[in-house]
Amino acid sequence: MRIVMIGHGMVGQRFLETLAARAGDMVHVTVIAEEARPAYDRVQLSAFFNGKTAEDLSVTPHDFFDATGYQLKLNTRATGIDLAAKTVSTATGEVVPFDKLVLATGSYPFVPPVPGNDREGCLVYRTIEDLEAIRDAAAKSKVGVVVGGGLLGLEAAKALKDLGLQTHVVEFAPRLMAVQIDDGGGRLLRRKIEALGVGVHTERNTKEIVDGETCRHAMNFADGKVLETDMILFSAGIRPRDELAKSSGLMVGPRGGIAIDNVCRTSHEDVYAIGECALWDNKIYGLVAPGYSMADVACNHLLNGHHKEFLGADMSTKLKLMGVDVASIGDAHGSTPGSLTYVYVDDRAEIYKKLVVSSDGKKVLGAVLVGDVESYGDLLQLKLNDMELPDKPEVLILPAMEGSPRKAFGPDALPMSAVICSCNNVTKGDICSAIDGGVKDLPGLKASTKLATSCGGCSALAGSVLKCELEKRGVEVKKDLCEHFAFSRQELFHLIKVEGIRSFDELVSKHGKGLGCDICKPTAGSIFASLWNEHILKKPLAGLQDTNDYFLANMQKDGTYSIVPRIPGGEITPDGLITIGAIAKKYNLYTKITGGQRIDLFGARMEQLPVIWKELVDAGFESGHAYGKSVRTVKSCVGSTWCRYGVGDSVGYAIDIENRYRGLRSPHKLKFAVSGCTRECAEAQSKDVGIIATEKGWNLYVCGNGGMKPRHAELLASDLDRETLIKYVDRFLMFYIRTADRLQRTSVWRDNMEGGLEYLKAVIIDDSLGIGEELEKQMQYLVDTFECEWKAAINDPETLKRFKPFVNSDETDSNVVFVDERGQIRPATGAEKKGRIAVAEV
Amino acid sequence: MSSTLVKVCKVHDIPVNLGVGALVKGEQVALFHLPTGEIYALGNFDPFSEANVLSRGLVGDLQGQKVVASPIYKHHFNLQTGECLEDAGVKIPAYAVVVQGDEVYLAV
Ligand code: SRM
Ligand SMILES: Cc1cc2nc3c(=O)[nH]c(=O)nc-3n(C[C@H](O)[C@H](O)[C@H](O)COP(=O)(O)OP(=O)(O)OC[C@H]3O[C@@H](n4cnc5c(N)ncnc54)[C@H](O)[C@@H]3O)c2cc1C
Ligand code: SF4
Ligand code: FES
Repeated sequence: MRIVMIGHGMVGQRFLETLAARAGDMVHVTVIAEEARPAYDRVQLSAFFNGKTAEDLSVTPHDFFDATGYQLKLNTRATGIDLAAKTVSTATGEVVPFDKLVLATGSYPFVPPVPGNDREGCLVYRTIEDLEAIRDAAAKSKVGVVVGGGLLGLEAAKALKDLGLQTHVVEFAPRLMAVQIDDGGGRLLRRKIEALGVGVHTERNTKEIVDGETCRHAMNFADGKVLETDMILFSAGIRPRDELAKSSGLMVGPRGGIAIDNVCRTSHEDVYAIGECALWDNKIYGLVAPGYSMADVACNHLLNGHHKEFLGADMSTKLKLMGVDVASIGDAHGSTPGSLTYVYVDDRAEIYKKLVVSSDGKKVLGAVLVGDVESYGDLLQLKLNDMELPDKPEVLILPAMEGSPRKAFGPDALPMSAVICSCNNVTKGDICSAIDGGVKDLPGLKASTKLATSCGGCSALAGSVLKCELEKRGVEVKKDLCEHFAFSRQELFHLIKVEGIRSFDELVSKHGKGLGCDICKPTAGSIFASLWNEHILKKPLAGLQDTNDYFLANMQKDGTYSIVPRIPGGEITPDGLITIGAIAKKYNLYTKITGGQRIDLFGARMEQLPVIWKELVDAGFESGHAYGKSVRTVKSCVGSTWCRYGVGDSVGYAIDIENRYRGLRSPHKLKFAVSGCTRECAEAQSKDVGIIATEKGWNLYVCGNGGMKPRHAELLASDLDRETLIKYVDRFLMFYIRTADRLQRTSVWRDNMEGGLEYLKAVIIDDSLGIGEELEKQMQYLVDTFECEWKAAINDPETLKRFKPFVNSDETDSNVVFVDERGQIRPATGAEKKGRIAVAEV
Repeated sequence: MSSTLVKVCKVHDIPVNLGVGALVKGEQVALFHLPTGEIYALGNFDPFSEANVLSRGLVGDLQGQKVVASPIYKHHFNLQTGECLEDAGVKIPAYAVVVQGDEVYLAV
């Protein structure tokens, strides 16, 4: 059988994979694809701006076409279908015969017919090429406008904002996300989007786009208002690509879309249509999950498989924008006759929840959630599985009363037919059979079932189903730290705390085996420090420290060390600068300003560390803990004291915060920043803890990361006063220290957290585990027992002994050699050492 | 080649679980004191970073072998043989240690 498919998008590729699995090479397949690359993940398209490459986004296994023998013609547009001759012709002049034809042509972004819509910098958001064009245009722009305030429009606005543009959203309807949410939710959503720094303009009808005065374009609206912008993204809905179908005589809907029946067949019995180009029951589905179902149904029918039908799909959605939580389920507007509605509004906390139930109050029909989407998973499952509601359905959206369990039901209550991942149609039953087939973790499940590999919205629920099912089977989830301890870091922390263990010997003899290693020793050392805060160089503890911690300095490639005095908030007096300069000069150290707003002095020999530090300590400096897995810096911007835009004293606050948490030992390093206003010059949203001043107080962001895998921090709470903020940060940090794995930054810890941000908020803000006070107390203990490690070290003769390079000689390491570069020292290379060229005097 | 026993230091000069450097007949040596009471000696030079740093590494055991981990790129060296666990071809000098009373001697 010759099968021809037109279009190679996400749904097309899903069809091919299903086909390959069921028919292998028994069929002869040709794919005609207009884009330049095989199918990629359009759902995650925005990740392109976060550094994902076209390859990262691909959803086509690289050897798929080789392995199947199917033929893929890229850069080839189909231009005609001859239904009588059963051929497809292409723009390259080919004529390809078929026995069965599958149309998977997707859709295109609708651009309103406004004069000027084709001006330079007027773009759409659909393909990788579109995003490249947007990135280039943004580089030349200050202001950007998105036309369309739907799901996609908001995603595009976030992207423009992240590209550094002053961003606006223009919407024709009176509210954002008009299809999915109601007025009440829309009002709140608007507030939240505006708080992100995006201008929102509803009820605006663009009349024309002309030359601007301050920007490249001016958008003139029907009501006489004008908005100036350098670039415009149209995101005003999609239109099915049905032009080929129409011209060949296939039936299309009055407003477009290739009409299909329940088996995805068009008006011609040998032609199928699937995905966003298909019209079923007068509906176009602009989501990938229904497309996947269609691919499955069509493939099944085409191969004469057992009877399967497409009977519509769930359109529930959760917005995947950071900082703005919005979800909509089923009949969000309560338009089902006789339906009953519950609404919960908390203006203070910016939460809006609406629940629509059947007239007898027994079934969920729909819901709108803004600001708190914790119950999305539960409500969706209740709706999809047609499960019976509790007596008082309102508890599903009301905040939990103190003491009462929050969850309406656990993963155990779900029926086997419950769809856990709607993108990939994976049910709880599928998960269970994968587990019975030997799968033990989430990565394994992803590989074998595709679960959580598309929008990712299901991963938290999937994780809890997995855990619950593994536990039911008595499977132990292995998280051993190393060969010496059959415990995770979190378990060790607990044991050490509960049993009051203070030495490694005691820990190994009670709970481990062997001598330990360079993994478990520093881990234990760090836990002891987080719990008991004794000096890390005290005798039995000293042997646990990694060399950086052991010498209270960072070892460099040649065995010398760097010295980083603490400069809280990056604020330093001229005298402080002079002192550091004088010391650097005296000991001939290389100096550099670090990325953490302080000064690093390089090239100190081991034996020099105590003398140099003595001078620094005498001059009032403290250890900067650059060597420890501990709190590093609290970066600040200049803030309201000097800056014309500042609304908060970011420097003063940064100093206070750095002084509070300095030296705190943790599973990995911790970085903070405080910005004085939303311009965010301190880059707080890339930190483990980020704080941004607002007109009303301080916004607290957590779990950001720069480094290898950057991650934006997420808003934990807004407009806090200083006291509440410190309380939340205390709880947050201690909770992280207690529960994270070894060398796990807060970002990765958060990504692995079941229940995600909502769970974290519940623990930190609502104190859902009832441990808030204990966490605060533990932190206060650490704050109260803080001492500068260097100050203590230079006053202890026993410790000082260790800084001698040789026990039996006063000589120094002759292999440490420096040469001059740009007026300072640097380590000599191997070749230079051999030739001893231009060696600097040290 | 004949080696001689050289007195290096006292046992308590090497803190338990830690290492110290020593200069013996012009060679840089790293001595380690395990909690079991044993003392081992290896060359101090880490061939991977080309720096004299092994005395500043963490000691322990891995897969039944007593090892030190280099503080720079974390290669593990067998304390008895000097063999690198991660790179079978690499071997650094291992010296015999003799303890008499309180004194530590090295065969160099
Ligand atoms: C000195 C400094 C570079 C500079 O000259 O500017 C630096 C130097 C080192 N960084 Fe860094 N990082 C420095 C700022 C940063 C920053 C910028 C910042 O803090 O704002 C980042 C990205 C932000 C972040 O961490 O989220 C950064 C991300 C890293 C990473 C990647 C962390 C990650 O989660 O991906 C590592 C590797 C690691 O920790 O495993 C690292 C590791 C290192 C180490 C410790 C590598 C090592 O083991 O030898 C370097 C030794 C420092 C030394 O010898 O003193 N450094 N490093 C900066 C010291 C800041 C300070 O004052 O303490
Ligand atoms: C930025 C963005 C975010 C999104 N987020 C989500 C989300 O969170 N959740 C969700 O469910 N959905 C989301 N979607 C929608 C989702 O991407 C689509 O539902 C899905 O890609 C549809 O797949 P498809 O294969 O039907 O169409 P497409 O992926 O559009 O593929 C159709 C392909 O056919 C090609 N083609 C068309 N005509 C021809 C021709 N004549 N000849 C040759 N080739 C042709 C096109 O070039 C295209 O490559 C998002 C979409 C975008 C753009
Ligand atoms: S973040 Fe605000 S206050 Fe701070 S320097 Fe920038 S503009 Fe000024
Ligand atoms: S629901 Fe989208 S990936 Fe599972």
